[in-house]
Amino acid sequence: MSGGAGRRSTLPGFGLTMGLTLTWLSVIILIPLAGLFLKTFELSLDQFWVILTSRRTLNALKISFGLAFAAAMVNLVMGTVIVWALVRYRFPGRRLFDAIVDIPFALPTAVAGVALTSLFAQTGWLGAPLAELGIKVAFTPVGIFVAMIFIGIPFVVRTVQPVLIDLDVEIEEAAASLGANRWHTVSKVILPSLIPALLTGFALAFARAVGEYGSVIFIAGNLPNVSEIAPLLIVIRLSEFRYADATAIAVVMLVASFLIIFAVNRIQRWAQTRIPAH
Amino acid sequence: MNEFRTTAATSPVRLSHGERTRAAAVETFVTNTPQISSTSARDDLRTEPRFIRGLVIAMAVIFLTVFVVLPLVVVFAQAFSKGVGAYFAALSDPEALSAIRLTLMVAVISVSLNLVFGLVAAWAIAKFDFRGKTFLISLIDLPFSVSPVISGLVFVLLFGAQGFWGPWLQSHDIHVLFAVPGIALATIFVTFPFVARALIPLMQEQGTQEEEAAISLGASGLQTFFRVTLPNIKWGVLYGVLLCNARAMGEFGAVSVVSGHIRGETNTMPLLVEILYNEYQFVSSFAIASLLAMLALITLVAKTILERHLDEGPSPSGD
Repeated sequence: MSGGAGRRSTLPGFGLTMGLTLTWLSVIILIPLAGLFLKTFELSLDQFWVILTSRRTLNALKISFGLAFAAAMVNLVMGTVIVWALVRYRFPGRRLFDAIVDIPFALPTAVAGVALTSLFAQTGWLGAPLAELGIKVAFTPVGIFVAMIFIGIPFVVRTVQPVLIDLDVEIEEAAASLGANRWHTVSKVILPSLIPALLTGFALAFARAVGEYGSVIFIAGNLPNVSEIAPLLIVIRLSEFRYADATAIAVVMLVASFLIIFAVNRIQRWAQTRIPAH
Repeated sequence: MNEFRTTAATSPVRLSHGERTRAAAVETFVTNTPQISSTSARDDLRTEPRFIRGLVIAMAVIFLTVFVVLPLVVVFAQAFSKGVGAYFAALSDPEALSAIRLTLMVAVISVSLNLVFGLVAAWAIAKFDFRGKTFLISLIDLPFSVSPVISGLVFVLLFGAQGFWGPWLQSHDIHVLFAVPGIALATIFVTFPFVARALIPLMQEQGTQEEEAAISLGASGLQTFFRVTLPNIKWGVLYGVLLCNARAMGEFGAVSVVSGHIRGETNTMPLLVEILYNEYQFVSSFAIASLLAMLALITLVAKTILERHLDEGPSPSGD
């Protein structure tokens, strides 16, 4: 693929740049992350287990992973709807809405957090009408769910969008001309070719929501065992100088996110072998 | 695929060909006969019924408005809820000014270090072939998948009072944690991949021919880099710096863990948003938040412009 494939490069600087890259990578990323794992080895397996299975830790992990999964599901469905509208239809403001999708990426998480809280609080623009219907969002687990949906939406849209744009229209035309009705064309021809991108977008949104802190803690209410997310519990343990507890929770979350990246890489590889490049 | 497109446009429609085939066979059939066209059926069969179209657009627009537009509007509405005077008073508060100064300083430090790293790493990765390249790229990507809180935690474990190097640092009176170096380190960690990830694919696409020509004509390595490579990747560099800067200025979780929240000293803008919010000083909190929101909007506009330049950029050599 790259220009120099199959040829020895005659360019200078490989040793120097590679050396600097590996040094800087080690100092900033690898050594600090290794320190985290090293710290957990100071714990016996029993201690590690006791921390992880304590009621508060288990509940925090359950809340983070469970709500992140639910939010990623919403993102999967709504992300697909948004991509479809943006790619396939023309409507006033389409380009603006296309740009708007990136706001959760760009808006600092603390800003998103206070904004969502103010919006969904019982006196807020959306919180007040919802409260009249008896739905409380801010300072409940629902609030966490809402913040996680906000933070995850661009992942699904931006992963699926390029794939739908690149999809050959000929395939659909052929399907239609061969007598497939529109629903068959969409469900049997288009959606299957979007599956790798949909899975990737889902996994990325899920991973982001699991680790999310800034946009969640304001709206969450942060009641232990009810609306306390795992990253917040890490921060609380740190402030109590219970480093071992903080580290144990962090290791579990880190391993989970490594597994998610691994899954995403496998999906990407599978997608490449599945759809021949054109 | 372009060939098919032209034949499909000029060839007569042959619908009868397809009528005997059932939908189930469509997928396999399609790959063999891509030249079949259905221009006459285009309007009916290539899109959804009007009702569905309207529904999909409405769902997309309502969802984005509720979850994305309204939160953004709320920031400005709250910031100006007590009038323009209160807004500017909040921004000229000494605490706010000190937070703005610290945020700018940390951004300059982390963006410039990551810029140098990104250029160096992209040169090594994009211009040379070696084993383990994919693995190296995924290591550079790691910070993207680490929770911000954990990105801060790792530095507490290294430099904190109970950390690996904490006691040594304390005995030498060096402050890393709860001071600017710690905030900068955590910010460098979370913004680590941005520049490198913007440059690697771009430089891979451009290949090595131009650089090799320069070298064979007698240019030095640095001359080649500054006169040949850099002009080719300038939009990519700006793109990486832009995203890196936005994240550096807005980072909350990682910085919150290492900052210590010392008022007027170690509070960045996002941290001050939190503190003021928790003290019910909503106008002040949202005034700072509005600056960060404007930064985000400017970043998005600049990003769109840069993407246009990147798309128009010189076509990859060797094609």
